Amino acid sequence: MNVTASVRPPLVNGGKTVADVTHDISRQVEAGPTKLWWAAFVVSLGLLAWGTYCLLTTWWVGIGVWGLNKTVGWAWDITNFVWWVGIGHAGTLISAVLLLFRQKWRMAINRSAEAMTIFAVLCAATFILAHMGRPWLAHWALPLGNTYGSLWVNFNSPLVWDVFAISTYLTVSLVFWYIGLIPDLATIRDRANTPIRRFVYGILAFGWNGGAKDWSRYEAVSLVLAGLSTPLVLSVHTIVSMDFATSLVPGWHTTIFPPYFVAGAIFSGFAMVQTLLLVTRTVFKLEDYITIEHIDSMNKIIMVTGSVVGIAYITEFFIAWYSGVMYEQYAFTNRMFGPYWWAYWSMMSCNVISPQMFWFRKLRRSIAFSFIISIVVNIGMWFERFVIIVSSLHRDFLPSSWAMFSPTMYDIGDYIFSFGLFFTLFFLFAKFLPVVNMAEVKSIIKGSSADPKEEYNSSSFGNREAAGRAVATEASADATQSPNI
Amino acid sequence: MSQDTIYWRSFEELTNHPEFIKDSLREFNIPSPTELEQAQAPDRRDFLKKVGFGLSAAALASCEAPVRKVIPFLANPDNVDYSNANWYASSYMLDGEYCAILVKTKAGRPIKIEGNKLSSVTRGGTSVRVQASVLGLYDNSRYVKPQIDKKNATWQQVDEALAAAVKTGKRTVLVTPSMPSPSFEALVARMQAAIPGFEHVVYDALPASGIIKANKESFGQAVVPSYDFSKANTVVSFDADFLGTWLSPVEFSRAWARTRKLGPNNKRISKLFVVEPLMSLTGANADQRIMAKGSALGSHVAALYNAVMARTGGSARAVVAGVDQKAIDKMADDLVANRGRSVVVAGSNDPAQQTLVNGINFALGNYGTTINLNTPVRTKQGTEEGIAGVLAGLENGSIGTVLFYNTDPVYTHPQGAALKAALKNATGVSLDSAPTDTADACKIVAAAHHYLESWNDFEPKTGFFSLQQPAISPLFETRQAEDTLLKLAGVGETYYDFVRATWRSRVFPQQTEYKGFNQFWNYALHDGIFEVGRPSLRGKDFAPNGTGDADERYEYLSLSGTAPAAFAGNVGSAMSAVTGQAAGQGLELVLYPLMGMMAGVQGNNPMLLEFPDPISRVTWENYVTLAPTKAVELGVSLAEGRTSLVKLKVGGKELTMPAIVQPGQEKNTIGLAVGYGRTVVGEAGKGVGQNAFPFVNLSGGFQSYVVSGVSVENTKEEYMLGHVQTSHTNAGRPVIQEATLAEYQKNPTAGREFPMITTPDGKMKPTDLSLWKTEVNKRPNHAWGMVIDLNSCIGCGACVVGCNVENNVAVVGKQEVVNRREMHWLRIDRYYSSTKTREENATNEELETAAENPRVTFQPMMCQQCNNAPCETVCPVLATTHSTEGLNQMTYNRCIGTRYCANNCPYKVRRFNWFSYPQNKENFPTNPANDPLTRMVLNPDVTVRARGVMEKCTFCIQRIQDGKLTAKKDGRRPVDGEIVTACAQACPTEAIIFGDMNDPNSRVQLAIKEQYSERAFRVLEEYNTRPNVSYLTKIRNA
Repeated sequence: MNVTASVRPPLVNGGKTVADVTHDISRQVEAGPTKLWWAAFVVSLGLLAWGTYCLLTTWWVGIGVWGLNKTVGWAWDITNFVWWVGIGHAGTLISAVLLLFRQKWRMAINRSAEAMTIFAVLCAATFILAHMGRPWLAHWALPLGNTYGSLWVNFNSPLVWDVFAISTYLTVSLVFWYIGLIPDLATIRDRANTPIRRFVYGILAFGWNGGAKDWSRYEAVSLVLAGLSTPLVLSVHTIVSMDFATSLVPGWHTTIFPPYFVAGAIFSGFAMVQTLLLVTRTVFKLEDYITIEHIDSMNKIIMVTGSVVGIAYITEFFIAWYSGVMYEQYAFTNRMFGPYWWAYWSMMSCNVISPQMFWFRKLRRSIAFSFIISIVVNIGMWFERFVIIVSSLHRDFLPSSWAMFSPTMYDIGDYIFSFGLFFTLFFLFAKFLPVVNMAEVKSIIKGSSADPKEEYNSSSFGNREAAGRAVATEASADATQSPNI
Repeated sequence: MSQDTIYWRSFEELTNHPEFIKDSLREFNIPSPTELEQAQAPDRRDFLKKVGFGLSAAALASCEAPVRKVIPFLANPDNVDYSNANWYASSYMLDGEYCAILVKTKAGRPIKIEGNKLSSVTRGGTSVRVQASVLGLYDNSRYVKPQIDKKNATWQQVDEALAAAVKTGKRTVLVTPSMPSPSFEALVARMQAAIPGFEHVVYDALPASGIIKANKESFGQAVVPSYDFSKANTVVSFDADFLGTWLSPVEFSRAWARTRKLGPNNKRISKLFVVEPLMSLTGANADQRIMAKGSALGSHVAALYNAVMARTGGSARAVVAGVDQKAIDKMADDLVANRGRSVVVAGSNDPAQQTLVNGINFALGNYGTTINLNTPVRTKQGTEEGIAGVLAGLENGSIGTVLFYNTDPVYTHPQGAALKAALKNATGVSLDSAPTDTADACKIVAAAHHYLESWNDFEPKTGFFSLQQPAISPLFETRQAEDTLLKLAGVGETYYDFVRATWRSRVFPQQTEYKGFNQFWNYALHDGIFEVGRPSLRGKDFAPNGTGDADERYEYLSLSGTAPAAFAGNVGSAMSAVTGQAAGQGLELVLYPLMGMMAGVQGNNPMLLEFPDPISRVTWENYVTLAPTKAVELGVSLAEGRTSLVKLKVGGKELTMPAIVQPGQEKNTIGLAVGYGRTVVGEAGKGVGQNAFPFVNLSGGFQSYVVSGVSVENTKEEYMLGHVQTSHTNAGRPVIQEATLAEYQKNPTAGREFPMITTPDGKMKPTDLSLWKTEVNKRPNHAWGMVIDLNSCIGCGACVVGCNVENNVAVVGKQEVVNRREMHWLRIDRYYSSTKTREENATNEELETAAENPRVTFQPMMCQQCNNAPCETVCPVLATTHSTEGLNQMTYNRCIGTRYCANNCPYKVRRFNWFSYPQNKENFPTNPANDPLTRMVLNPDVTVRARGVMEKCTFCIQRIQDGKLTAKKDGRRPVDGEIVTACAQACPTEAIIFGDMNDPNSRVQLAIKEQYSERAFRVLEEYNTRPNVSYLTKIRNA
């Protein structure tokens, strides 16, 4: 028997059969795009086009088109970078850490969360390139062999650590996501009724035949990748935080940054997943798979990480006072009451106060409220990075250099580019790839879907076969668990 | 096994293919290495072919190779090596400012101006104007040909037109600024002889006519005396900005700063009192500063006169109201205690004030010691009557021809508009090198050389001669103005010959050392100066880069004059005149020249336009300055360069201009700088600021810069200023460390901060805690270092412009300054004291608000060359690294532009190329790197930085390298002072000392050793960045 407490609510509602799962999830891949999809996609493409114009201008003319100056050397560029990297964290956390913690509810959401991770990291990478004065020489940040004598990268520089962290993260996430997609791609291939679809998904499915050997290797690789990804959840944002923590800018030079950034990343990542899933489940009618329990669980994580972040904010202030260093003390007073007070208080209210609403079960399970908070949290997390970067830089040690930063059209345009890129990719993903991991979800409908008996009786013969496969999957996935039935 | 069965290994074997049979004979089916070698070796015939071809080709090539001349010289002239700089001694004389200079030329192009240390007048110092003047040579607005009626003409046509113009029977007037030139004076005499009705009128835009008049009345000598501030223990200045803009600022700065140096062996400094309405550079350096309305300056002078008389037994006059008697008494006590070792100066052009000042100085016995009437300053000879006569003559038609040489009265004179209109009645001739408002109103433009293309001589003070020689042959079809005048006078020789002749007859007889004139001439031309009665400088080394303490190395001529027998000034009428002015109530406008622009002669100089004013720190325009209380009253606030336009009305004239809030300004005074707003000017100066000269008050017959009957209103229209510093106090932070003289005398470390870091092992010095291994900071060869004396730094900014020119620092234009992206590698931070101190538990807001009459500190801030450099560790690509000589180096080629280094720099001295500043004329038209002509000023030893890279000061590494190589070629170590940074060299006060800290006898090492236990501190010491730049505390004689 699957060890599932009877009191626990089912993870998939609506008495879904394995056939229903296949059908429900393949449906939007196989059917033509809806009007709603087209509308959303065109809007994303519009954003992307406008953003591309701004980004190309930035690259062609120079980053002087931004609002940066001699004092504030980073602003929206690195704010956006950290923001997107942070958002990316949820995917890995859901697919790897929750896998290791046997949180089965993750199965319905890990696919889209991982896709979001990859797209978010791509957006982040855009800003790594864009923020450089000479992006065409970006490869110099890699330890490549060269003809400049013994010229190497500076391994002391957190930016080099960043290069490794982000590229590793992107690679591992991409591979993990794709490996997970293969059985589902094969399902779509097998259901295909047009030769093109069969051909394309056939290529993408890497010749998956659903045999026991395939499943065994699939499981092994998934486990290895989960193991590889887990430390990445902690390392990537730790390293990103070191861009700041290892510097001596008051407001950056803070040892609390690594855990604080990781918590913040998970916080914002879950909020973004929440935003996307709330839309996806409605648009693709996946309410039975992405249930109110999912929303509730995600909100709990948002609340916990939001609280961690809030404590980190307070700790920072305490340490600034406790350090006795006037520059540190000023940096933090300046955050609260200086010219960027509005950014600080936006951050505080969005990140610290708003998630506390989730102490109320009713609010936690309210779709509209969850949606609003998920957006509020991401606004707050953007401001957090803005506050850390800009309000620390703009008034550092020597008052003679103090200056203000205000964004230009291109700061905004390049940010819009990343939105355009993100949503264009996400909509393409949502249309052409299964947004829920069918293979995995099939493994949980037995033990965790409502009324399995009824489901078993009503299932057709063909579906029974499919169910058998799903059982095999689950058996190998959870080798430590007692087999089903 | 059956015979029939055939076992085969390949089809070839089965079919007995010939290949197989052939290969089967070989043991291995691949060629052996020896076989391969044999196969590849060229055979004998090939070898012969190749040898034959090679020989014949070589033979053919040697038959008829064309001879190409790659060297344009038939015989290479001596000392021409384009990689080496040549230095020419010359003189700068512009706008009434004299400076003895050295011109650095590279590949035949003048690229840098330095001070000439041999001169007893300017002693190697320079000013921002002098440093920037080299750009004027390559000004792309310059006239390239003479013009008649704005059409290009030939010189023959011009000469004919000129000759015809002076023969009309009407008066011919030559208007020049003060030309203290013996040859020019001789030339004028020749013209007077040759041209009937010829007159020479001296017109100074910023005259000192009040002083001349007062001295004539007081002592019978119509001169501006010379002042020796180095001998003064007490200086009182009534709005005379002698460190910034008054008479001879380079000379005065140098002299005054000598009285401000402190060390273990010298615990005394001079004391400077300043009474002024606006915050001037001199006021910023004052120990005691009193704010007084412009119209009340006279009564302050009168009160001081009374106070001094009361103490010296003279007869005091009526009691003066409206002055701070206590402060005046303090001044008088100090002055009287330093009789004969004090100076009182006044900047006003009012003879009455100057008469009283003369009276004070006479009573104090300062004549003959600190004030010298025997060697008068000849750079300000202009009087108001001259130009007024020209205007009248033009209006009544009695003047037929008027020649303007290096002067722009249409712009600078308050009645310029009338002058312009009247010029239609006569033949106007301009002898300028670039367009001016006056030249534009002239019929003939006899396009003149730039001063770096000209011959001339000067005698800025009687007996102190100086030569000007060309450092490049003329760039355009221009002709030296003096040559044009010689031709007009019918003198058949060139001005060069004329100067030589003058020197042969006038200067040569004043010395005995040289028997032959040519020998003397060569010596004078080499040194650039000749000073009567000065011991020979022959045999002294003449390193153009040489610094060292010039005052110790060279003996300067310091003439003590004789005191005049009696003071004949009419004190009574002067008293009533000055106290009568005090009646002025209400708002008052005070006009003043800015450090960079002065009267606007160099109005098209982009580096001067982008030079932030030392006090206001605003670039690219002039503005109305308001006292903080007045600004609040008007609702004007200045934050982050954002201000509002105010409407200023004086009489019938009005101007709408941006306003700034200026702490230290008298509350009912409004300041406005002259020198901006030229209408006919090149691209850089076009539309820059507005002209305030029409406001100059001429009512008393003397130009007065104090104007009453002023109203000002806030238009509430928003305006952005190019403001490089928008936080004005040091916010209670120990980045500047200061103390009073009394505190210093008690404890030489007074004012110093000694940060300690709390560790588990108790409190430790920051330098005792480090992440780094100590070997990292070993400096086996040189260890370059710098010491900056905050006490003698007056904030003039010569170093800033010197650095800009030396290092090809881009001029980015006003919009980029508004965007806070000026590229200056070296800046001078100006900090006001705040209303409350940190010790008084001030809030941040109080710490950031300047006091009403603040103390001011200037801090030159450039890359500190940290030994534990925060920028170096964070660069991902090692574009910024540390040298074994302690330099924080920047490799532009390697930089990918992450700007992390700039973020992590606690001193914020790194500058980023946000755009492509060179090769981008469209967007940065004023950047010298953008025009084929202006580009010629670039220093070929310094890379012009591309878009997207970080740049910063590297202690002029090109000069270090040059000095090291020179020494190496001579087989020796560089001597101290041989290698010097551009900033240290430009400094008129020797506040910046640069050198090798590994050399135990270098000045920098001595200064550190001497001062380390006393005044030397490093900025942000607690961060243990270990800068190679040390600052010496600011000590005020308060």
